[in-house]
Amino acid sequence: MAKITFISHDGTERTLEARNGMSVMEVAVNNSVPGIDADCGGACACATCHVYVDPAFLALAGEQQEMEKSMLDFAESVKPNSRLSCQIKVTDALDGLRVTTPESQH
Amino acid sequence: MPAGEAQRIVIVGGGQAGAQVLQSLRQGGFTGSLTLVGDEAALPYQRPPLSKGYMKGEVGEERLYFKPSAWYEDQDIELRLGTHVTKIDRASRQVRLGDGGHLAYDWLILATGSRPRPLPVHGADLGGVHDLRTLADVGRLRPGMVAGRRMVIIGAGYIGLEAAAVARQLGLEVTVIEMAPRVLARVTSPVLSEFYAAEHRRQGVTILTGVQLSHLEGNDGEVSAAVLADGTRLPADLVLSGIGILPNEHLAKDAGIACSDGILVDRDARTSDPHVFAAGDCASRPLVHFGRSGRLESVHNAIEQGKLVAAAILGLPRPVEDCPWFWSDQYDLKLQIAGLSQGYDTHVIRGDPASRRFAVFYLKNATLIAVDAVNSPAEFLASKKLIMSGTKLAPGALIDTSTPMKDIAARAAA
Repeated sequence: MAKITFISHDGTERTLEARNGMSVMEVAVNNSVPGIDADCGGACACATCHVYVDPAFLALAGEQQEMEKSMLDFAESVKPNSRLSCQIKVTDALDGLRVTTPESQH
Repeated sequence: MPAGEAQRIVIVGGGQAGAQVLQSLRQGGFTGSLTLVGDEAALPYQRPPLSKGYMKGEVGEERLYFKPSAWYEDQDIELRLGTHVTKIDRASRQVRLGDGGHLAYDWLILATGSRPRPLPVHGADLGGVHDLRTLADVGRLRPGMVAGRRMVIIGAGYIGLEAAAVARQLGLEVTVIEMAPRVLARVTSPVLSEFYAAEHRRQGVTILTGVQLSHLEGNDGEVSAAVLADGTRLPADLVLSGIGILPNEHLAKDAGIACSDGILVDRDARTSDPHVFAAGDCASRPLVHFGRSGRLESVHNAIEQGKLVAAAILGLPRPVEDCPWFWSDQYDLKLQIAGLSQGYDTHVIRGDPASRRFAVFYLKNATLIAVDAVNSPAEFLASKKLIMSGTKLAPGALIDTSTPMKDIAARAAA
């Protein structure tokens, strides 16, 4: 289990309990966190679940695969801490994770 | 939408389009009554994993649900699952239900989806012969998918090939038979067909193209073989039919709503009855980037039309109509498709298919109309933009691998 805080682009925060093994995207979608579309449902096919990960957690969020890197290269407003949230698996180590959602996924 | 007036919306169908309409309506501030009638028992769920991770047993049913059950309560949405709509009465604005009840509506959304084309041969009703469309279908199919068993798949479209990949990975002996001279013939170019046929063969799948299924044989009501028109007998413990889908348009048709291979809708997803919308597989819509109309069988189409419906009902500006896109996962190959390649006059290949990372671009009058990108997300995402912009392109520029796709797209946009 991990507590994850989602911060929307306007600063609104929501902290949610997340089960291990789910993706950060699934946690967001199940709880209707605004700002994450996840059109493909987590297949790493659409790049509409872009988030910014608190730099303190970047290493804990796991390695980026080639596919994700290429997809992010085309997302809007990409930063060094950009990730696709469908590719981040929840683990105990991510307890306290803070992610910020962008203004738009398109 | 007139303010302050009670509004009742009924959605028929709990697939991707129906679920999107619910979400977009509540997100957009709709406070009236929302009822979704779905003929399956499960909460609305995603279908793509049915022929991928879910079939493989990697993903549980709960993870397919668009939303947990609590969401529907929170959002004050009434789910009538396991229930059919039998008739639309447009004059009184009511739908009749299979259980004898009825629901009144101010707006009706038909998200009735599609059904597998039935296998038109003797023996199609034998045990062990399956379709692949619903959770229940996979529930029936999967217990038989045991290593060493023989599976015959009829139809080499995306469903058939994705299922073949899963079955092979589970250790079954798999034969795919296809009437057309090549796999994926209806949806893509010979280049891609050859690549996928070769990959499946390399993985140990037997692919037979240009063959006609005669009938299915059985023992004690269970399928035992698929017999081809030339007499070839393919022993089978399990048969999967994946020969395309048909739009569920009968409710609309019976109610006198205009249909022609799908329920006809305008850009806002409105049918010939202004109080009735249609979205997803069942709808035939204007394809604005391609100058024609048609049905699209895809997640993107269902989501987009769901959003169009909600915007039209709420009186919001029409959302941007994106370039159509699709994906297919087979083995370690992710195919991402943007656009519609029908009618292309030129195609060029960027990268080397042997490297398992390449893209096929399809052009018409020197304009990009589609791409098939294998393990090449940059080519896919850049092409989406290029297709939308309709810019004239030199095919040579697209295949210059020394220039990143991002730069090619940026140059074209400049």
